[in-house]
Amino acid sequence: MKKLWSLFFIFWPIAAIVIFAISPSMQWWFPGEAKSPIGARIDDLFYLILVLTGVVFVGTQVALGYVLWRASSVKADDKAWYTHGNHKLELIWTVIPALVLLFIAFKQMDVWAEFRIVDRVAEEIRNNPVAEVTARQFEWRMRYPAPGKKLGIIPAPDDMHQVNELVLPVGRKVVINLRTEDVQHSFFAPQFRVKQDAVPGKMIPVWFEVTEPGEYDLVCAELCGWGHYKMRAVIRALPEAEYQTFLAELYEESMSDGFVAEGEAAAEGEGAAAEDSASAESEEE
Amino acid sequence: MATIEPTASGLSAHDHAGHSDAYRIGFVRKYIFSTDHKIIGIQFLITTLLMLMVGGALALGVRWQLAYPDSPMPFIGPWLFPQQGGKITPEFYTMLFTMHATVMTFLVVIPILAGAFGNFLIPLMIGADDMAFPKLNMFSYWFMWPAIFFFGLSMADPNAGPAAGWTAYPLLSALPQAAPGSQIAQTWWLLGLTCVGISSMMGSINYLTTIINMRAPGLTMFRLPLTIWAMFITAILQAFALPVLTAAGFMLVADRALGTCFFIPAGIIVNNADPTVGGGQPLLWQHLFWFYSHPAVYIMLLPAMGMVSDMLSTMCRKPVFGYRPMVYSMITIAGLGFIVWGHHMFTSGMNPMIGMTFMVSTLMIALPSAIKTFNWLATIWGGKPQFNTVFLNCVAFVSMFVVGGLSGIFMASVPTDVYFHDTYFIVAHFHYILFGATLFGVFGAIHYWFPKMFARKMSEGLGQLHFLLTFIGFNGTFFPMHMLGIGGMPRRYADPYIHPYLEHFLPMNQLMTWSAMLMGFAQFILLFNFLYSIKFGKKVGRNPWNANTLEWAAPSPPPHGNFEQVPLCYHGPYEYSHPDWNGRDYLMQTEESMEKVLAGQTSDAPQKEATT
Repeated sequence: MKKLWSLFFIFWPIAAIVIFAISPSMQWWFPGEAKSPIGARIDDLFYLILVLTGVVFVGTQVALGYVLWRASSVKADDKAWYTHGNHKLELIWTVIPALVLLFIAFKQMDVWAEFRIVDRVAEEIRNNPVAEVTARQFEWRMRYPAPGKKLGIIPAPDDMHQVNELVLPVGRKVVINLRTEDVQHSFFAPQFRVKQDAVPGKMIPVWFEVTEPGEYDLVCAELCGWGHYKMRAVIRALPEAEYQTFLAELYEESMSDGFVAEGEAAAEGEGAAAEDSASAESEEE
Repeated sequence: MATIEPTASGLSAHDHAGHSDAYRIGFVRKYIFSTDHKIIGIQFLITTLLMLMVGGALALGVRWQLAYPDSPMPFIGPWLFPQQGGKITPEFYTMLFTMHATVMTFLVVIPILAGAFGNFLIPLMIGADDMAFPKLNMFSYWFMWPAIFFFGLSMADPNAGPAAGWTAYPLLSALPQAAPGSQIAQTWWLLGLTCVGISSMMGSINYLTTIINMRAPGLTMFRLPLTIWAMFITAILQAFALPVLTAAGFMLVADRALGTCFFIPAGIIVNNADPTVGGGQPLLWQHLFWFYSHPAVYIMLLPAMGMVSDMLSTMCRKPVFGYRPMVYSMITIAGLGFIVWGHHMFTSGMNPMIGMTFMVSTLMIALPSAIKTFNWLATIWGGKPQFNTVFLNCVAFVSMFVVGGLSGIFMASVPTDVYFHDTYFIVAHFHYILFGATLFGVFGAIHYWFPKMFARKMSEGLGQLHFLLTFIGFNGTFFPMHMLGIGGMPRRYADPYIHPYLEHFLPMNQLMTWSAMLMGFAQFILLFNFLYSIKFGKKVGRNPWNANTLEWAAPSPPPHGNFEQVPLCYHGPYEYSHPDWNGRDYLMQTEESMEKVLAGQTSDAPQKEATT
């Protein structure tokens, strides 16, 4: 029975390691490779810590298995060891983990700085946020500046808006201003490994770079009410050229409210906007 | 000596039979409004065990929703939600996990450690006749009931139960418009929180005073069993951290009821209500809350660490390895515990420089935990344990604590925490600590000290069965959560599967729910074993485990006043298996020496270094 129990405690760590080993191939792993440079660095750190903790896990569980197995084979007339401790051992298992932990701590700092310290973002990028994302119960609202303009803190009349869809350019670092209209939310883009709380009364800049065009998830990671789970948006990452086209189209779309006066429409110049509004007007007639 | 068998030899030197029953008292004052620390401890124990069942039931509700979001809840679903065809509504789901966490933290883990075992063990293990303030002690138990009442009221609110999670972040918790559950239910919840706070506060003052002032002659601080050290350090944490939470709770109540704006900034429009006037800062709540609730994590762990150290030593018939390092590491945990709260807020938008500081302090707090783990392993190493329920639970504690401790490293490192914050990874982490470590420690402690409470042993077969099922169910429930977390599944989602990247986790969640049901079912075995053994367990003497500490020198169950005469303490609590001893492998703290005074023993005890 003693042996059985020892094997019982040896079995579970092995099962844990097997599960971890097969997880990536079973899709029980990250939602795809990181699609941002910061995400890739976070993943690297994750694997580094995984290896370090894995070694410690195996080490301690093997030690536990060993001492249990040994204990289960003690004979009836044997005595337990009489020892109150060992100074040298204590020193070893204090200093080594301390060094490892400090190594982890200092290894992280640069990634963290990259992610959050504002100096790491070029002033040019910092001063030109591509969008303002406002969370509210239970949706995401995006506000983009009109092409060629800067995003103001206060909404401007020619700002462009979208709900539950955030369009971003690929291949360059972008800054987003994160806000909330009501309670606390959290901007979580799992494929980019980016997360930032949206705190009431604060506007928090978030920056990252998307490396690949595609559609990604944007979900809420901070409990915000009963609809927390359904606060979902899509991040659509486009190559630079397509992104500019998109912005232009969005601008036209948002400027064409169907009531554009003839002269103003002309002043806007030829192009789709005028035709669009004209056709809208004609439809209304 | 090969086996552990009941014996009353521990106090044979000073056995004064028939001395204790002079004290007579009515039923109500003896068993209900009792001022006897043992009765209060048992009251706490039974109350918290019942609350454990309540909290477990709430968790099963959560698990049901995550496994079968489209199916009606079995048994009570049709009765609770007739309009939804018996399906759990998202409002109800938020209430479920809010109350699960609340009940488990404030009504189970904290009071079962400090309230039940702290109360029962402190006076016995230090050789005192009772707590320093018996009436305060009684109040500390009876303040649990208003808390239970308020929490119950908040849960039963017809609008919806409290919906802000156990962390109750404003503004969700501050503005009644923010959620159906943030109406009156949230105020009741905060009042409940205040009451448990008062209860723990009274307890902690009492423990500190008792441990400092009422130790038996000869029982110096460094002869205290590690359980008492742990309780002492826990009480310090509670005494200094808890007022902060209580103050924060009052501030939030004031925000809700009196129109103050501690946590409410200006111009917030929630649910189309009028804009708030504000001037407050929601992050303030997070700082205040975690200033308490991070030390609270150690409040929920340290006593179990202490008890496990004692139990392992006794079971292995071997002194605790590195007694002083164990004490110092607990002190370090407590000290660092006060400066790590910010690691709950890495993504909250606080100053990123502070984030770095908190990261370093948080990683450093892993160090004393590592030292303790190695010392436990070394305590088992070369020991001669019986593989009984107590020992198995303690080993599970160590094994699971390793998992929970290591997964904590991922969260302590800020960049990886950016990804793992508020995902199931953190849920896995703290369940490995709070259940995997603390509750297995508690299960062991229940089996270990039960004979002292009721002079009977709990059934060994049922105990092992309970352990086996709980351990399997526990790992089946919580281990896959690591995978969910790596997969990016956020916590507190009523229906995660509307997100395409999470859809494929449904089968895993179903497996977890079945495991959770197994685990829930297993707790009935514990409850049955506990209640059955009070009446029908095997009768044992005062020292069934052949242990050394002072409580085993008292009669079982200890009478009013605990000891027949003031116990004298001659040495530390871990004298097992000395190579020179024959016939018996333990030397109780009340016994001066085995055959001759052991060489090398520090002996600042009441002199008398003679041989028996």
